[in-house]
Amino acid sequence: MAEEPTITASTRDTTGSRGSRLLGVATLVGLAVLGVLAFVLTDPDVRIHPSTGDEFGQFDAVRMLYVHVPLAAMTYLAYGLCAVASLGVLIRRTPWWDVTAHAAAEVGTVFCGLVLVTGSIWGRPVWNTWWEWGDVRLMTTLVLFLMFAGYLALRRTTGDPRTVSRRAAVVALIAVLDLPLVNRSVEWWENRTLHQQSTLGELKIEDLTLFTLMLGFLVLGMVLAWLLLHRFRVGWLERAALDHSVAAAIAERRGETPDEELRRAVGDSPAAREGFDENDRDGDPEAGRP
Amino acid sequence: MTHVGYLIAGWGITMGTLAFYAVRLVRRGRELSGRVPDAHRRWLEDQGSDDA
Amino acid sequence: MSVLRTVLGDIRLVAARDLRIEVRSRVVLDQVLPFAVLVLVLFGFALDADHRTLRTFAPGLFWVTVLLSALLAIGRSASLDATDGTGTSLRMSGLSPVARYLGRTVAVLVQLLVLEVVLVGGIVVLYGVSVDDWLLLVVAGVVAGVAVAAAGTLYGALASGLGARETLLPILVLPVLAPVLIGATRAFDDALGVAAVDGWAWTGLLAVAALVLTVVGASAHGALVED
Repeated sequence: MAEEPTITASTRDTTGSRGSRLLGVATLVGLAVLGVLAFVLTDPDVRIHPSTGDEFGQFDAVRMLYVHVPLAAMTYLAYGLCAVASLGVLIRRTPWWDVTAHAAAEVGTVFCGLVLVTGSIWGRPVWNTWWEWGDVRLMTTLVLFLMFAGYLALRRTTGDPRTVSRRAAVVALIAVLDLPLVNRSVEWWENRTLHQQSTLGELKIEDLTLFTLMLGFLVLGMVLAWLLLHRFRVGWLERAALDHSVAAAIAERRGETPDEELRRAVGDSPAAREGFDENDRDGDPEAGRP
Repeated sequence: MTHVGYLIAGWGITMGTLAFYAVRLVRRGRELSGRVPDAHRRWLEDQGSDDA
Repeated sequence: MSVLRTVLGDIRLVAARDLRIEVRSRVVLDQVLPFAVLVLVLFGFALDADHRTLRTFAPGLFWVTVLLSALLAIGRSASLDATDGTGTSLRMSGLSPVARYLGRTVAVLVQLLVLEVVLVGGIVVLYGVSVDDWLLLVVAGVVAGVAVAAAGTLYGALASGLGARETLLPILVLPVLAPVLIGATRAFDDALGVAAVDGWAWTGLLAVAALVLTVVGASAHGALVED
């Protein structure tokens, strides 16, 4: 199992802080515990048919849900945060909200992609298909993923950063408002929902299964928080680097310009002063003209 | 255990992607940190005190 | 009351201006309409020109064609103000952003309705469909047109002035229009007698989508154009 990197504290040039390092370590431990619970301690989903006595159920494929379901929940959390932050962008117009919205959208889209991939891999053995067109949540999640792919594409375009941030905020808000419509339309479209019946609803939820699932929510929530924190700081640094480089460029240009040239540029040279007489001091621009 | 291939693929892709993304974020953060004065990084606990 | 009359007048002004530009330049008429018919023909080729297949899938093919053609019409509408500072002069004219947005939406809607009329003729002639319920067809066509025009106009404004506008518009607007595509296709399924579904219920969903998109568009447009 791949692990998140721990941040070495040897340099000051990081986006890490004491808090985020602590969170990172706790997250890694949590992932390890989740892995042990999901693969070793919990039982596979095997049920006995009451009349025929045949075994049926998801068997070990159920172990996928310990990561799939929490990922889905965290996706919606991240996109919700993005919507709230987008509202903040439109109302308050501060960089903080903007960087938060961008961070939440990007991390949310990574999670959303993983939800679709793990769901598809889980669906192959359980539903006997990689993709189920009639499933409401699957289709809604796909449309959501595509909407935020558009959001991130908009974010990457060249343009005035303030314009881009406001437009992106509108896109995120519409995506969230449009979601109930997508959900409803797909639900009517194919009047069957595999999800509710065949996953959690039917699953015989034992104590340990439930505990593992809850731990999954917690641990994936920590992963989300860690990624959000670092993505926010990267976004913050991107803005600061841009401001800083502009300021540095202006200072450099100023250093290259001789004082005399600068004075001439603002009309404060001896040559310019000769054209005015004392009356001009009143501020009447016409006074000195012949 | 049944469905081992599916499970390895699902968990592997998830953890691999998250790790890859996390490493990229940290790298990008380090690269940018070098270009920005400490004052812009409010998360540094001892902000600018050990410059010497 | 007089405020409402002013706004309505402004909407008509903007819509008339956009349509006048279209009548004179004929971009939609000369380029988008032939493109739409071309797409219908291409679907025919792709599906092996089998009348039964085409009849069954006519509603879906119709609406996919409308969406693809609408992208071109919307791109055209959004580009009207990108040149010669017309956008700035409109902004300075004192017309409210809401009136400008709704006026532009009405103009796009009129063009979409012309497109739909031609395409209905297209699927009747080329795909051999027959219309069971004209009223449902017309109402669903208009309501779905409003939804497409409302979303399209908003996203056209969103994408304008940014790099890669032409490629950005489709990926932004098409996912949002997914429920409209589903609803409109289902309503047409009923109107064309292809599938036994409740077309009026779907038209209700389309109406909700049209309302939401128009209200959001009108309120968001102000935030977009003032920068």
